[in-house]
Amino acid sequence: MSMINYASREINCKLVYYGPGLGGKTTNLEHVYGKVAPEKRGKMVSLATETERTLFFDFLPVDLGTIRGFKTRFHLYTVPGQVYYNASRKLILKGVDGLVFVADSQMDRMEANVESMQNLYDNMAEYGYDVTKIPFVIQYNKRDLPNAAPVPELQQQLNPGWEVADKAQQRETTDPSNDGEWLVTQVDGTWIARAPYFESIAVNGDGVFETLRHAAKLVLKTLS
Amino acid sequence: MTGAGSWSLGESDHKRIAAHLKELLRESDARCAMVVDRTGQLLATVGEALSFDPTVFASLTAADFSANDQLAKMIGEPEFASLFHQGEKESMYLADVGRRLILVVLFDQRTTVGLVRLRVKQTVQDLSQVLNEMFSRSADGKRASQQGGLLEGAEDEIDKLFGD
Repeated sequence: MSMINYASREINCKLVYYGPGLGGKTTNLEHVYGKVAPEKRGKMVSLATETERTLFFDFLPVDLGTIRGFKTRFHLYTVPGQVYYNASRKLILKGVDGLVFVADSQMDRMEANVESMQNLYDNMAEYGYDVTKIPFVIQYNKRDLPNAAPVPELQQQLNPGWEVADKAQQRETTDPSNDGEWLVTQVDGTWIARAPYFESIAVNGDGVFETLRHAAKLVLKTLS
Repeated sequence: MTGAGSWSLGESDHKRIAAHLKELLRESDARCAMVVDRTGQLLATVGEALSFDPTVFASLTAADFSANDQLAKMIGEPEFASLFHQGEKESMYLADVGRRLILVVLFDQRTTVGLVRLRVKQTVQDLSQVLNEMFSRSADGKRASQQGGLLEGAEDEIDKLFGD
């Protein structure tokens, strides 16, 4: 739940990185932490096991700039990706303003991606939130690996789209980040929308900021 | 509801919250008091200067409370309305305020948990009153229009901020 604090002149928003275990969620935050100037970010906290697997969450606050005299402060969270940590994963979604789903592009992780995506929809629904109506960005990570699945296949499995009932949104929309791709289109007479996506190699930072900036922009636009 | 929604904290509400926290510190001899919302956003802090990052502290507080809420449910309690963490020198007491906010009090050996607990009860009531007024105003639409006003028409500025 975003909060506009008139006393400290801040807009605070919560962005959650979701996805299967070992997909690169924590790596995304670590890259942001390493690249953002210290005065623009807070301390990064990781509640992790001794083997550096996320147990509860990672947390990093970053300032992404000023709008109308208000600092835009984003609280970035990751969830534990491992299946059996669902109780704590669900807690992190409380009050979420925007979502980044970090998918592991490797062929043999397809099932884990699909399972995690389904789990995201289920957990959001339990709070009464609708994934298709809040800022939502998908990141296809580990694009450098030889066993990475082609993007169209990942799109088909993880981002096939949802029906657009709102007539105001029923208009052809291309994806500005991916040539030849669409965000809203008509298929067999039905209007379909899907989440914007970014390809990434989070270990060396490729695509990390593109994903973050796009998700943050979508969140701020919901307030405008 | 399709998302978590948004809300705003006005300067006058912030002042009222801070005044209640100051009164609590005066009467309990605690070191520091802060108010955090359930999603981990820090609303106000009063008392001794903090030697740690308050933003991180706020997010951990909310997580602590949420995890304990779930534990309460598992043992058949609707919630734990308050939590007490005792350290050798420093301790903290956390209390729920209207299921939306968390009051956190840090204290040391200059006072006792009994006194803190006693004074916190009154502060929780005072803060609940402020909270109810804030949200009833919001329901009236006054706050909503103020909030809508802040970023209304700011699309260009948002695009510019992100270099588009």
